[in-house]
Amino acid sequence: MPLTIIEKILLSHSRTKVLGDFVNADVDFCFGNDITAPLAVKEFIKAGFNSVFDTKKIGFICDHFLPARDAKAANNVELLRSFAKKYKIKNFYDIHQCGVEHVFLIERGLIQPGQLAIGADSHTCTMGALGAASFGVGSTDLAAAIHQGKCWFKVPEIIKFVYKGKPKKWVSGKDFILNTIGRIGVDGAMYSAMEFSGPAIRKLNMEARFTMTNMAIEAGGKTGIIEPDDITFSYLKSAQGSRFKFKKTMLQLKSDKGAKYKDTVDINVADLEPQVACPHLPSNVKPVRSLNKVKLNQVVIGSCTNGRISDLRIAAKVLKGRPVKKGVRAIILPGSPSVYKQMEKEKLLKVFLDSGCIVTPPTCGPCLGGHSGVLAKGEVALATTNRNFIGRMGSPESFVYLSSPAVAAASALSGRITHPEEVCK
Amino acid sequence: MLLKGKAHKFGDDINTDDIIAATYLDSQDEKFLGSKCMENIDVGFAKRVNQGDIIVAGKNFGCGSSREHAPVSIKGLGITLVIAKSFARIFFRNAINIGLPIVELKEADTIATNDTLEVDLSVGLIRNITQDKTYKTSVFPDFLSGIIISGGLLKWVKTQKGGRK
Repeated sequence: MPLTIIEKILLSHSRTKVLGDFVNADVDFCFGNDITAPLAVKEFIKAGFNSVFDTKKIGFICDHFLPARDAKAANNVELLRSFAKKYKIKNFYDIHQCGVEHVFLIERGLIQPGQLAIGADSHTCTMGALGAASFGVGSTDLAAAIHQGKCWFKVPEIIKFVYKGKPKKWVSGKDFILNTIGRIGVDGAMYSAMEFSGPAIRKLNMEARFTMTNMAIEAGGKTGIIEPDDITFSYLKSAQGSRFKFKKTMLQLKSDKGAKYKDTVDINVADLEPQVACPHLPSNVKPVRSLNKVKLNQVVIGSCTNGRISDLRIAAKVLKGRPVKKGVRAIILPGSPSVYKQMEKEKLLKVFLDSGCIVTPPTCGPCLGGHSGVLAKGEVALATTNRNFIGRMGSPESFVYLSSPAVAAASALSGRITHPEEVCK
Repeated sequence: MLLKGKAHKFGDDINTDDIIAATYLDSQDEKFLGSKCMENIDVGFAKRVNQGDIIVAGKNFGCGSSREHAPVSIKGLGITLVIAKSFARIFFRNAINIGLPIVELKEADTIATNDTLEVDLSVGLIRNITQDKTYKTSVFPDFLSGIIISGGLLKWVKTQKGGRK
């Protein structure tokens, strides 16, 4: 029977010959962060478990309320540190060692094409861009997986998105995915996996692909996935060095001809303008030019969605030699310590500081209103992050717009939502 | 299982940031999380809820973040059931895993705030005592019923053959 890539991965990780409605599958890696993993650890202890399935396949990536915003946040990290020590869990990382989980896990090579991973974090779908089956789950799921190395799944239906056409300058993976969410809505892919394909995807670099799979959850998707290709393998070789072990079987990570899809959606990106999601849903998407009267108090460039080096290069290209508008806080949020280091090496750090931006440590902080960029009542922000729900970045009476790094950088210069063309003539 | 309580209505696409704001996620205490439930979108909600009450919502309830703190806060507040037109998938599995009963109901819109509902989950029947109406809901597939009957995922794991101690 012809299968899609995600069905192939699910099948190869479950001890059955045919996929039924549900599978209890073996996981190659499971992880949580400093807000989801403490709850998992407490549930693990409460259940009376006293062993872990594999000391190398469990990760605690501390990134949300860190560097510790207060004593409670610090205590949660301490709880994870002592649990990891007790059970000899190898992959415990404090904030200075990792940065944001969905950036770090890929750099570190902890999830590879063809693997099945779960993370107690909804943006675990990011790793799908590698051709991995990577699912966001809850803390109790993580507790069970830490103990037994398995997780239950309802076998999803799959929706295929086919992107065609040559995008205009300043149009990126972020615009593709915002446009997609705008078309289908925040529940448009509910219970389904989203497979991103087509010639326009094949031309995207890996970091733009991560941006797309990262936001699959914003359409309700069970995950996002992209068939790996030469771009994937050469990215992994350069990002992971000797940690990446190419296997011939990775070439078979493709959907079969005749595989069954619930739906196919064709998207022509040739006419696409840069996209912006307006408050308070990621599906409330409009072309950037229709919003040029929206004034901003804060701009955030970075995160697990757009905090990789190519994102920061684009932002720096727009900001170079130009001052951030007076009254706007422009926050640069690199995804990991190695992205930070690269930013310094390429002199992007100087560009940002010269423009008047502030650069935070790698952290999730401002994206979820945790710290380092929380909004006051009435304030308006434009962010390259993934959610703009009520109160997402602070006060329930603040407003968050979402865009690509190019649009965010241009908007930081003018103090209102701006097409990069306006400032980069 | 027979449940009886008053309905509290919410709209479509209630996300987990609505249910429990991110700033409280450093806590794992269900009573504390319960006291902050829905704070961003309905300030007085936690104070109006009585033990045994029921949340009734539109489509895609619990979308967004994977935070299990969301169903934990609902449970901690004393809500015994969530009825919605549909649930976002991570919220759905979290609720099953922690033993918070949830039910999908197409006619959720017809239920009003303060309606008294009586629900028999074992046969999939909801009786709206205030409006004198009865709704039939779908029952869970066997696999999920197994987890629910065990009392949540971790108890189910222990019952599985080959499960470790």
